[in-house]
Amino acid sequence: MGANTLTPVIRIQREDFDLAAEIAAISAGRRDIGAVVSFTGLCRDEGATLAALELEHYPGMAEAEIARVAAQAAARWPLMGLLAIHRYGLVKPGDQIVLVIATSAHRRAAFEAADFMMDYLKTRAPFWKREHLADGTVGGWVEAKQEDDDAAARWT
Amino acid sequence: MTQALATSAPAAQARSVRLVYFAWVRERVGMADEQVELPEGIETVLDLVRWLKTRDEGYAAAFENETLVRAAINQTHVKPGASIAGAREIAFFPPMTGG
Repeated sequence: MGANTLTPVIRIQREDFDLAAEIAAISAGRRDIGAVVSFTGLCRDEGATLAALELEHYPGMAEAEIARVAAQAAARWPLMGLLAIHRYGLVKPGDQIVLVIATSAHRRAAFEAADFMMDYLKTRAPFWKREHLADGTVGGWVEAKQEDDDAAARWT
Repeated sequence: MTQALATSAPAAQARSVRLVYFAWVRERVGMADEQVELPEGIETVLDLVRWLKTRDEGYAAAFENETLVRAAINQTHVKPGASIAGAREIAFFPPMTGG
């Protein structure tokens, strides 16, 4: 079964990523994949008030925690591939922040696994956002949202 | 060290642990990491938090709400009641806001 041999790809990086290249890589040489679901998270400008987001992370634990979440997803759905990329450093409105790709024989598993990955990644991966405002000042740290905890609790 | 101290704690074994702080916890504490010798009687994460709060106003501000700040031992999430026995690295940080 595919899930047994699945090795999730986890990357924590400052650089941007290329969605098309990542989908090509995760699908390369395979004829058994029937579904590729991807989620890309972008930086919003919050009504033109935001100049950038500064993303701080806990090196080592960020990789380890996302790997633990990915292992849970791989155990729960019959996936053929699973990838998560999360950026750190300064990102500007319109820039990509996070990418999750899940592949499977059929769409349902891929949709659900990608959704699960994002819900858990938001509430468990050690990243913190700070706002840099359009007026040139450094704003506060973004506060965690109850709705994100509620979204993650759907899977338990 | 005075004679009184030396004789009152003959078997006390210094436990050294690395503490790391992130985001506004780091800013309030005033440093990203430190190595501390834990006094006796500190058994859980919450014990550690309460001891840190007595050190100065920066720690007191960081841990003002004792259960809001999250903790990880050796890079794994833990609850406030978790034992810190065997911990090499203990991290404190706000609720996560990645994704």
